[in-house]
Amino acid sequence: MDMNFHPEDLAFRDEVRKFIGENLPNDLREKVRRGLHLGKEDFEFWQKKLNDRGWFAPHWPIELGGVAWSSTQHYLFQNEQVEANCPSVMPFGVRMVAPVIFTYGTDEQKQRFLPPILDSSVWWCQGYSEPGSGSDLASLQTKAVRDGDHYVINGTKTWTTLAQHADWIFCLVRTSSDGKPQEGISFLLIDMKSPGIEVTPIITIDGSHEVNSVFFTDVRVPLKNLIGEENKGWTYAKFLLLFERSNSLTGGLKQQLHRLKTVAAAELSGGAALRDDSAFAARVADYEVQLRTYDALELRTLGKTEPGAEASYLKILGTDLQQLASELTLQAVSYYGNPSIRDALVYGYNEPSIGPEYAAPAAPQYFNYRKTAIYAGSNEIQRNILSKAVLGM
Amino acid sequence: MDFSLSEEQQLLKDSVQRFVREEYELEARRKLVASDIGYSEEHWAKMAELGWLALSLPEEYGGIGGGPVDTMVLMEELGRGLVVEPYLTSVVIGGGFLMAAGSKEQKTELLPKLAAGELKLAFAYAERQSRFDLNDVECTAEASAEGGGDSYKISGHKGVVFHAASADKIIVSARTSGGSRDADGITLFLIDNNADGLSRRDYPTVDGLRASELEMDGVAGTPLGQVGGGAALMDTVVGQAIAAICAEAVGCMDVLQETTNEYLKTRVQFGVPLSKFQVLQHRMVDMFMECEQARSMTYMVNLKVDEADKVEREKAISAAKVQIGNSGRYVGQQSVQLHGGMGMTDELHVGHYFKRLTMIDTMFGNKDHHLKRYADL
Repeated sequence: MDMNFHPEDLAFRDEVRKFIGENLPNDLREKVRRGLHLGKEDFEFWQKKLNDRGWFAPHWPIELGGVAWSSTQHYLFQNEQVEANCPSVMPFGVRMVAPVIFTYGTDEQKQRFLPPILDSSVWWCQGYSEPGSGSDLASLQTKAVRDGDHYVINGTKTWTTLAQHADWIFCLVRTSSDGKPQEGISFLLIDMKSPGIEVTPIITIDGSHEVNSVFFTDVRVPLKNLIGEENKGWTYAKFLLLFERSNSLTGGLKQQLHRLKTVAAAELSGGAALRDDSAFAARVADYEVQLRTYDALELRTLGKTEPGAEASYLKILGTDLQQLASELTLQAVSYYGNPSIRDALVYGYNEPSIGPEYAAPAAPQYFNYRKTAIYAGSNEIQRNILSKAVLGM
Repeated sequence: MDFSLSEEQQLLKDSVQRFVREEYELEARRKLVASDIGYSEEHWAKMAELGWLALSLPEEYGGIGGGPVDTMVLMEELGRGLVVEPYLTSVVIGGGFLMAAGSKEQKTELLPKLAAGELKLAFAYAERQSRFDLNDVECTAEASAEGGGDSYKISGHKGVVFHAASADKIIVSARTSGGSRDADGITLFLIDNNADGLSRRDYPTVDGLRASELEMDGVAGTPLGQVGGGAALMDTVVGQAIAAICAEAVGCMDVLQETTNEYLKTRVQFGVPLSKFQVLQHRMVDMFMECEQARSMTYMVNLKVDEADKVEREKAISAAKVQIGNSGRYVGQQSVQLHGGMGMTDELHVGHYFKRLTMIDTMFGNKDHHLKRYADL
């Protein structure tokens, strides 16, 4: 056993740090550090910088643009970025649909879809959930009916993150009602410019517009946009879900801790810094210990080549900690969690802040992060998976 | 022991429920929250007409002479409706200060107007450095020659003053002697909202209310109560306010508990209603128990809030606020979780109750603050 990074890992980490230092502009770093709104152009900018260095899709096969990194290097790469306040990578193309395409797609699909994901010229979104199909994803009802060399799609997808920016959507559709619900699902790639697609915003409790409903009315999709075999989509969907759930959260959690400590150092309580308040200090320390535990747990799973059941417990524990950190930060800012000025979350807001500058994102983030225990398979569903797959219950 | 409502209290409850049913559909509330002033003057007039504004005020000044339990009944139903009119700040807090410490002239002038819906009040206490300590006051007040001894000039900053924009007068805590955080030397003042030297920055809050930052530069104020005796006065009236918001929180929690229960029974996943899953049944039972505990402590604090023994009273207040913080957090968070994605939407009322419960925990000291206060008493 050895829990230290090897010298070559540390050299790699320095290389990543150097790259970030040279390429991340100050204003973008500030936006991320302060938890302000990021636009499509912000994500694109950073993804293109990464791609120029050959680091945008490190987990892809090398011949397609990936890098031969160890799992430790992947871990360091991801977490260094978050700790340095780089924008996150939009996962829908590069981390989600791309592995499905290069694993199950045809050569033509690979050639057509992978390069525009690499250079961030095409933006993807995920068409899984439906109004009647949340945790029970396999019950989905969006229908695809063959008509010549096309499928005709009718139905509704919901909670579609950033569909307002997307050029393409990967969709689970029902191509058969025979047998078990899982057996009649197919995986389709659909151009968002197709006639018959309508996107309407869903405003969430924090006041933001991240998610959407996507309505399909007689949308014609060429048969060649089918991934793999018809009615085998559930296999590809589960494969993708493992990637969705195996995103490393350690870096983000450390960043949240850093933000919390900054607030606790600046806020006053009884004439001293809040961080010196014994009750609050104990809460922060408790969070930090849980974070160390999470980090140790994640490091232990690094050796595994494919994400498995550990993706489920890392998702549960990681999202619990995301929520806890946002809650502690809201508690730290006390009364200044109340003011609600949407523009204060936009970089370059010219009015003086109400209360301290760091207070504005606290309540929206706490409210918004309730989603983390719901999305990508609710934490209740993750527990079901673990009890079945790991404990054999 | 008797925890049943009197006939009058039951009638009051029915009357508020009718108001909420008729006036507070989620869409109607959404419009109110987005409107210029953020509430409805018509509602306020109606609340006066129905006697709610007079409920807790003394009969000799145009009131009805009700007690904390009457206010509790009203606040619980206002909580169920997520009502945004400034009842708490004007009547419970503003009226509370006037009753506890107003001079004969102040009471005669102001209480009848308050009861009639012709006067609104706000309370400015928080400062940038104060966190939840009411006695951490750096605003200053100096006796001014102009007023003949009864007039003061107040200077300094007050933050997150709820409903300041709609108030005619604002009650401000300021220091007339002593150092920061001394309990002695704090005085409460009445200032006019349009006074010279007062500037206000108004904004909406995350739970659909309005608040303001106040900058005061030599604003004329009249003392409310003993000069230097503001700390004890704040303890009394803020205690009453806490008892009232506990009731509001209970109203919010009950709606969430009922709605979530209903949702689990109707939402079908995996071929059965979600309510058939044991893990969710247990979660619902825990939410239900939190509601029952919160209600019990709310009854308890409203029956003890006028208790003469200071320690007994203060302990009851802090204990209730801790329980409300715990229960509100659990019920709010789990209601969102059990509604899944729907719970995250602005469209559904669940998130609005969750946000209100979250901010009630912060109001007048969160759980941590009141635990410490309880231990120190």
